[in-house]
Amino acid sequence: MAYKIIASQCTSCSACEAECPNVAISEKGGTFVINPKKCTECIGYFDVPQCVAVCPVDNTCVIDTGYPRYQAAG
Amino acid sequence: MHASTTQDGAAGRLVTIDAVMQQVAEHKGCGTQGGSGKASCGSAAGQGDLPTEIWEKVKNHPCYSEEAHHHYARMHVAVAPACNIQCNYCNRKYDCANESRPGVVSERLTPEQAARKVLAVASTIPQMTVLGIAGPGDPLANPAKTFKTFELISQTAPDIKLCLSTNGLALPDHVDTIARYNVDHVTITINMVDPEVGAKIYPWVYWNHKRYTGVEAARLLTERQLRGLEMLTERGILCKVNSVMIPGVNDRHLVEVNRAVKSRGAFLHNIMPLISAPEHGTVFGLTGQRGPTAQELKALQDDCEGEMNMMRHCRQCRADAVGLLGEDRSAEFTTEKIMEMEVDYDLEGRQAYQARVEEERVAKVAAKQEELATLAGAQSDITLLVAVATKGSGLINEHFGHAKEFQVYELSTAGAKFVGHRRVDLYCQGGFGDEDSLQTVIRAINDCHAVFVAKIGGCPKADLLGAGIEPVDQYAHEFIEKSAIAWFKGYLGKVAAGELVHTPRGDAAIRQGALIVAA
Repeated sequence: MAYKIIASQCTSCSACEAECPNVAISEKGGTFVINPKKCTECIGYFDVPQCVAVCPVDNTCVIDTGYPRYQAAG
Repeated sequence: MHASTTQDGAAGRLVTIDAVMQQVAEHKGCGTQGGSGKASCGSAAGQGDLPTEIWEKVKNHPCYSEEAHHHYARMHVAVAPACNIQCNYCNRKYDCANESRPGVVSERLTPEQAARKVLAVASTIPQMTVLGIAGPGDPLANPAKTFKTFELISQTAPDIKLCLSTNGLALPDHVDTIARYNVDHVTITINMVDPEVGAKIYPWVYWNHKRYTGVEAARLLTERQLRGLEMLTERGILCKVNSVMIPGVNDRHLVEVNRAVKSRGAFLHNIMPLISAPEHGTVFGLTGQRGPTAQELKALQDDCEGEMNMMRHCRQCRADAVGLLGEDRSAEFTTEKIMEMEVDYDLEGRQAYQARVEEERVAKVAAKQEELATLAGAQSDITLLVAVATKGSGLINEHFGHAKEFQVYELSTAGAKFVGHRRVDLYCQGGFGDEDSLQTVIRAINDCHAVFVAKIGGCPKADLLGAGIEPVDQYAHEFIEKSAIAWFKGYLGKVAAGELVHTPRGDAAIRQGALIVAA
């Protein structure tokens, strides 16, 4: 699974963009979006997904159940 | 004593914090975006006993010098949207274009757009001397954008002073860079030095790739704020500390904060009233946490004043504010408009204009000293407040009905001292007619004995007199302090002659609603 950003709750503060270790987050149409192909849920980098930890609006960066669980290499 | 009666968020005790956070998340405010929780931008009269090198740094910085704020303007550029902490007085979703308070902006800028905007404003407003970065998030949570902006501006407009306003969490990591870019004014928002108090103000902080909550978060924040402050003052960078006064949470504690920051070399302490209107959708707004009254705020500021300089002229401005502190001209400088403006950065013209401002200033101080000399030998324990309608330059030059704010001076035989200001804008909710707006003004200056104006109509005059506030228009377009002292001398004379009995005034309200642009 990858994380996604609920656009209606996004304040476009950009805090997540700089924290993502995979450079998976970018601005699109006024709010920020996560590229599910690049998102690793921060597995292998940090204990917690960084977008979730830094987002000022709770329940805005959430698991996108439309994608399979990320498998760490090896 | 200060701020003692508290009914802090009685309603809040019944609401779970999760429910409130979800309300905050869902809150759309007036429908735009952005927002964080800090105010930038404070001290008393002239040079006084300030060392010359410090006076040189503050004399034309409206936020660091009360005296300068009548003459010089500042601007903020909103290049720093991200934040690394969450404050209970801030809602990141809220941005009403008509509202003026910290953390609110109408559009975010790239460093290049910001540099262009600074040139456009500097060309239009020659007394604009200070460029600050104050958000809408935290400048040091956006270090690349913040320092790029400073770099561009120092190249194109080298005479403009650079300053920033931060929550301090990331400060120790950036002190050397701040010094390298010649940023010589830094404001740190410090609301507590006790993590137990901090836990009631900050739900979390994000540091070193992790979110910390509760007392642990507040401990981390206070340690880094105080270390950052020490590192800055060691390097000779002037530091102002902003504190939000939250009755029942940190009001008495701010005396302790004042001692802690003074001992670490802070130059100035700015205690601001909590803004917590429910429609802002902040945690404090939704839990019913009240802000202080005008007299509670003044009492706390007075209690701290023996320790260090207090800033009392802060307007808690937006992260994209432009102009004198009491005005906001940001709507004249939208990105669209600045791209069309012909920008002519005339350094010599700016310097010539500022030299005239200095002459005006010297004349004002001389007039005050002259009038004060006539008060010498007067014996009286009477201390009272008066409100003044002014558009700037230290003059009584605004009509009563046009005033968006009143400046408040404390008069005694020691002279006239600026002690605050009261906003009297109409409220966003609408439905207020002329009569109601007059009541708004009376509530805002209810602790004052007189109001000095350039002009006033017959009806408001009668209503003010009815409320016990004397409208004074005989000093139209004259210097504020000189006139106030002259009036006070007359007042003392009437009391001594038994023509009137001096009676103390009540308390006054601090504006809470959102601003609307005056028609």
